[in-house]
Amino acid sequence: MSANMLVHLMLWPPLIGFIINGILGSKLNKTFVQWIGCTGPLVSFIAAVLAYFSFKDQKTVVSFYQWINVPDLFEINFEFFLDNLSFVMLMIVTGVGTLIHAYSGGYMHDDEGFHRFFAYLNLFLFSMLLLILGSNLLILFAGWEGVGLCSFLLIGFWYKNTDYNAAARKAFIMNRIGDLGFLIAMILIAYQFQTLDIRVILDGAKQYPINEPFNVMITLFLFVGVCGKSAQVPLFTWLPDAMAGPTPVSALIHAATMVTAGIYLVARLSAMYTLTPITNQIIIGVGLITALIAAFTALKQNDIKKVLAYSTVSQLGYMVVALGVGAYTTAVFHVVTHAFFKALLFLAAGSVIHGLHGEQDISKMGGLKEKMKWTHLVFLIGTLAIIGCPPFAGFFSKDEILAAAYGHHIIIFILLSIASVCTAWYMLRLYFSCFHGQYRGDHHSWDHAHESPVIMLGPLFVLAILATIGGFFGLPEITHQTHLMHDFLSKSVQDTSHHPSHLFEIVLWLVTIIVLVSLFIITKKRYSNKSIEEYNGSDTGISNVFRNKFYLDEIYDLIIIKPVYSLGNWLKTTFEHQFVQGIMYLPSTVLSKAGTNLRALQSGNTGMYILAMILGLVIFCLMFIFKLV
Amino acid sequence: MNQMPEIIQAIPLTHYILLSTALFVIGLIGVMTRKNVIIVFMCIEIMLNAVNLLFTAVSSYNSDSAGQIMVFFTMAVAAAEVSVGLAIIVMMFKNLQTTNIDLFKSLKG
Repeated sequence: MSANMLVHLMLWPPLIGFIINGILGSKLNKTFVQWIGCTGPLVSFIAAVLAYFSFKDQKTVVSFYQWINVPDLFEINFEFFLDNLSFVMLMIVTGVGTLIHAYSGGYMHDDEGFHRFFAYLNLFLFSMLLLILGSNLLILFAGWEGVGLCSFLLIGFWYKNTDYNAAARKAFIMNRIGDLGFLIAMILIAYQFQTLDIRVILDGAKQYPINEPFNVMITLFLFVGVCGKSAQVPLFTWLPDAMAGPTPVSALIHAATMVTAGIYLVARLSAMYTLTPITNQIIIGVGLITALIAAFTALKQNDIKKVLAYSTVSQLGYMVVALGVGAYTTAVFHVVTHAFFKALLFLAAGSVIHGLHGEQDISKMGGLKEKMKWTHLVFLIGTLAIIGCPPFAGFFSKDEILAAAYGHHIIIFILLSIASVCTAWYMLRLYFSCFHGQYRGDHHSWDHAHESPVIMLGPLFVLAILATIGGFFGLPEITHQTHLMHDFLSKSVQDTSHHPSHLFEIVLWLVTIIVLVSLFIITKKRYSNKSIEEYNGSDTGISNVFRNKFYLDEIYDLIIIKPVYSLGNWLKTTFEHQFVQGIMYLPSTVLSKAGTNLRALQSGNTGMYILAMILGLVIFCLMFIFKLV
Repeated sequence: MNQMPEIIQAIPLTHYILLSTALFVIGLIGVMTRKNVIIVFMCIEIMLNAVNLLFTAVSSYNSDSAGQIMVFFTMAVAAAEVSVGLAIIVMMFKNLQTTNIDLFKSLKG
């Protein structure tokens, strides 16, 4: 099949699904809605696989038509681009997307907005495909905005809850700040390179010297966009709140795909970033702070989804650090493994929530191992994968990031290792709190706790397998096997990071294993039999700071929202009511006052009127006599 | 009308003018000061007739009949005006049971 055909097949099925479910969904029955919703992503996935086999290791351009043409200045084509980087992202998005669509069929089955949910999810997938396939920044930006919109719609999916709506608005506004950065970067690029075509930009950038100020500005503004979308400091606070959406949404959008769009963008433009080391320093700093803050915060959260959300932020911080040190393929590799194990963890958490009829508080869980055998198993696999336990997926990718960080600077390595230990701690805490020990909720909910249906477990198993073997796409150098992911991606992205010695790798492995085993033992002892009071008990000192998310929301409230509010209030009461309205009301006030005073003349007394008339006549006569007229 | 009658020539034009001015001013003051609507109405008629007198006198002294023709027009209009005006007064009396002009103040702003 031609590339043109395949791109059509990838792109449009989710959009068609969105249109059918969006317009007719309320009249169709749920089975049909589910079929429509799942077929679109599946067709896209198959098309992506076919495209991979036909066009791998090539750079294929598929041009549909000319979109915008400014004669003699620049033109923008509606054009798509397939290379190895897009293939990796396509597989993740459509593959994991299909699994999560199938899972949603079970998870959302009793919801009245079933068709709406599938419509939004399909629209999201379409936007994400636009983002990945776009060969110029404008199409990419259209997809970028599209996924932001779908994220907003799905966070606020249960729109009758005011808190959820507030969370949706927060996500939208935070993303808007990032998008503004992206937009400014696009304008600067159009000014600098007279084009928005990504390949032309990357070729053009090579002509400039290292750290050319204009290019630094471009990469920095682009990174502001990345901060918004990929939840980096200081714009990350929307992601934990985004957990207000249904769990499959958290898995698909806020863990596996959309939030990695920023990583994809930087990887896509990596040739430009390698030319701006100043920006890379900032990227490393932001990534490190994000990874640490999120990891510390996750230590003290009691909401199962909040823990996973902060761990997502933390993992995104890892990926951003990897981008900063120039290990672009490693970052994408971590995107892949993270998509597997984080989608798995979210869906398993969704299975727990579903089984407990909406309970999300881990202080009211415990001992669920008996009731949910399969969920327990896949959750354990996901946990082992994220904490980097060999041979699960997370081990290889995280190890690579740590190695690349070490190759860059030892301090980065140390800070990332601290975050990594925190990751292991909070994930094991989550695991033991949920599945081990005694159940801490009431008997009623324990009796009704149940394992999820097959349609939900199926995707979990597939993801569990992927989370187990996913790491073998990227075996480290020391095994003398080809690093498949690195080889594959190096045809579109060039790494600039340094690899440390083999000895370092072996030491790192041993230390990892020792630390993980000891953490496993400590957390098992500590969290298997904790009472509900200990979870909710008040903390002192630093742990209180962690529990309260570093008071970041409060700080933002204080330094941004409150001043803006008071400015708005001042403008409303003083500026608007007194100044603007004063000017607007001036003519009417004058006329009204004049009217009030002049109405005294309209006495209704006929005699007075006649007197006035005669006086007028006399005055005219006098003027006539004295030749004044 | 080439020749004025002797009897008219015996009285100078000034007298006619003074008489009609006096009549006009009497009517005017009556209109402004009297309270009874009917009296006010009569005063208006006096003013009209003062003007008519002036027209006739001046036209006679100037041997020009245009002024006297105008008087006929004025009388026709005055007749119409009287019928309308009296009808208005009757209706006003029916509504307010009074002819005091100070009470007709619905035009007060």
